[in-house]
Amino acid sequence: MLKDITIGQYFPGSSLLHKLDARFKIVFTLLYIVMLFVGDSFFSLAIGIAYCIFALVLSRLPVRLFWKSLKPLLPILIFTVILNVIFITDGKVYFQLGIFKITEDGISTAVRMAVRIIFLIIGSSLLTYTTSPIQLTDAIERLLSPLKKLHFPVHSFAMMMTIALRFIPTLMEETDKIIAAQKARGANFESGKLIDKAKALVPVLVPLFVSAFRRAEELATAMECRCYRGDIGRTKMKQMKSSCRDWIALCITGIMLAGAIAVNTAF
Amino acid sequence: MAIIRTEKLTYKYSEGTPFETTAVDHVDLEIEEGAFIGVIGSTGSGKSTLMQHLNGLLRPASGKVIFDGMDIWADKSRLRDIRFQIGLVFQYPEYQLFEDTVYKDIAYGPANMGLSESEINERVLEAARFVCLDEQQLSQSPFALSGGQKRRAAIAGVMALRPRVLILDEPTAGLDPMGREDILREIKAYHRETGCTILFVTHSMEDIAKCTQKILVMDHGSVFCYDDTAAVFRRAEELEKIGLSVPQITKICSRLRERGIQLDDNIYTVKEACRQLAECYNKRKAGGTDA
Ligand SMILES: Nc1ncnc2c1ncn2[C@@H]1O[C@H](COP(=O)(O)OP(=O)(O)O)[C@@H](O)[C@H]1O
Ligand SMILES: [Mg+2]
Repeated sequence: MLKDITIGQYFPGSSLLHKLDARFKIVFTLLYIVMLFVGDSFFSLAIGIAYCIFALVLSRLPVRLFWKSLKPLLPILIFTVILNVIFITDGKVYFQLGIFKITEDGISTAVRMAVRIIFLIIGSSLLTYTTSPIQLTDAIERLLSPLKKLHFPVHSFAMMMTIALRFIPTLMEETDKIIAAQKARGANFESGKLIDKAKALVPVLVPLFVSAFRRAEELATAMECRCYRGDIGRTKMKQMKSSCRDWIALCITGIMLAGAIAVNTAF
Repeated sequence: MAIIRTEKLTYKYSEGTPFETTAVDHVDLEIEEGAFIGVIGSTGSGKSTLMQHLNGLLRPASGKVIFDGMDIWADKSRLRDIRFQIGLVFQYPEYQLFEDTVYKDIAYGPANMGLSESEINERVLEAARFVCLDEQQLSQSPFALSGGQKRRAAIAGVMALRPRVLILDEPTAGLDPMGREDILREIKAYHRETGCTILFVTHSMEDIAKCTQKILVMDHGSVFCYDDTAAVFRRAEELEKIGLSVPQITKICSRLRERGIQLDDNIYTVKEACRQLAECYNKRKAGGTDA
C-alpha cells in the first residue's frame, strides 16, 4: 500500500538533530555523501557509516522507520549488486560458469556499492525525517540565494518545492481513496496481462489528474486572494539563526570528512 | 439471520510509526438482512474505516468480518465477488467519476462483473431511474453535471451492481438542502423497491431520523450504542455529549416537556411532534380549566 512509503516524510520530535538549523543539516548531508563516496577503501567508508549511525542515535527515531524507507528500494539494490558481481571480472576467480565469472574484485565492489546505497538512503531519510518541509525549502532558498544575482528564480523554485512537498501526502491519500473506490466497483489491479493492468489504471489516473488540477487552481486563487506576489517585499515569520551547536556540528562533520579523505590516501 | 456480522474488529492506521491511531476498536455488530440502518458518529469516530472493512477493502488488524456465515478473508479469491454483493459508495463519490459519458461510468461496475451488453444496459437504465437521471444526462460527460447530479451518478454506479447490501458513506455531505432531500428520498425509494440492506452513514441525525429502523452510534472507534431509532433518540443528551447534534424538533420537545407539557421523550420528526401536540391541546380543551 502507498501508506507504507515513508521516504520524504517528517516525524516531529525534539531531539538534537531536530533542533539543528536546516541549512546546516543540508550541508551536512552533502558532506556526508562526499564522505561515503570519496574513498575506495573500507576504512574511509567506515568513517561515513560511523557518522551516520552517530546521527541516527542522536535523532532518537525508531530504526524500524529506516528499514521502511529502504524496503521499496531493495529491488534496485539487488539489481546493482548482481550487475557488479557479474560484470567486474578482475581479481581472483572464485567461481566460473561459461563466460560468467565471480571474482574477488566483483564481490568487494558490489558489497561497497550496496553499503553506500543503503547508507545514502538512510542519511537522506534522516534529513527529511527530522526537518519539516517548510524548514527544508526555506533553507534551500537561503542556500541558493547567491544565484539570485544570476537571475535564477530562487524564490519561485523554493515555493514550487514547498507546494510539491506539501501535496505529496495529500495526493497519496487521494490515490488510495480512488483506488479503494474503484475496487469497490470491481476494478482489478492485480491479475491480467500487462495491457489489462495498464488499462485498469485509467479509472485511477483520470480522477487523480482532475483533482490535482482542481487543487492547483484553488491554491492559486487562494494565494492571489492573499496578495502573493513572489518574494517582492516578503519577510519571513521564522528567521533562521545559526547557534553554537550548529557550528560545533559543522566542525565535527568537517573533521570526519578530513579523516575519511586522509584515511583513503593513507591506505 | 444476520447478513453481516463482525467480531472484535480492530484496525490501526500507520501501525508501527509514531502516527499510529486506532480507528476501529473491538467492534461487534450484527446487521439483519433487509434493514435500513443509520450509522452516526462525529468526524473521526471511525465510521468510514468500519465501512471499508465490511466489503473487504481494509483488512482488519484483528477480528473478523462474516458475510453470509463466512469469514470474508477466508478465501481471497472470493473478495471481488463479495464487493459486488456489498456495494460501497465512498464519501464524495463524485471524485471517482472518470468515463466520458455518465452512461459509461455507471456501466463500469457491471462491466467488471462480466455481464452481457444487454444486461449491462438494463442495469444502467434501472440505476439511472433510481437516482432520477434522464436519457439526456446519461449521454453527457460526468464533469458537465452539477454537484448533486454528479453525486447521484456516482451512487448509481454502485446501485448498478445490484448489491445485496448498499453502504453509503455520507451521501449528503456538502449538498444544499434540496439536494439532500432528493438523495434521501431516492435512497428510501430504492430500499422500498429492492428490499436490499442499507447502511447509511452520516453525522447528521436529522438526515436519518425519518427512515432508519436501527441506528449505530460510533464514538472514538467503538460502538457507543446500537439500537432501535426511538431508543437511540431517547438518549439525546448523551449523544450531544459525544459531539452529535440532535434534531431541532427533539430539542424543542424536550424544552416543552420541561415546561410541563406531556410529550413523549423520543420525538424526532416534525410530523410526530405535531400529532402529539394536537393531542395535548385537545385533552386540555376537554379538561377545561388546567391551562
Ligand atoms: N488514511 C488514513 N491514514 C491515517 N489515519 C487515518 C486515515 N483515515 C482515517 N484515519 C484516522 O482514523 C480515524 C477514523 O477516521 P474515519 O474512519 O475517516 O472517521 P469518520 O469517517 O467517522 O470521520 C481518525 O482519527 C482519522 O484521523
Ligand atoms: Mg468518514
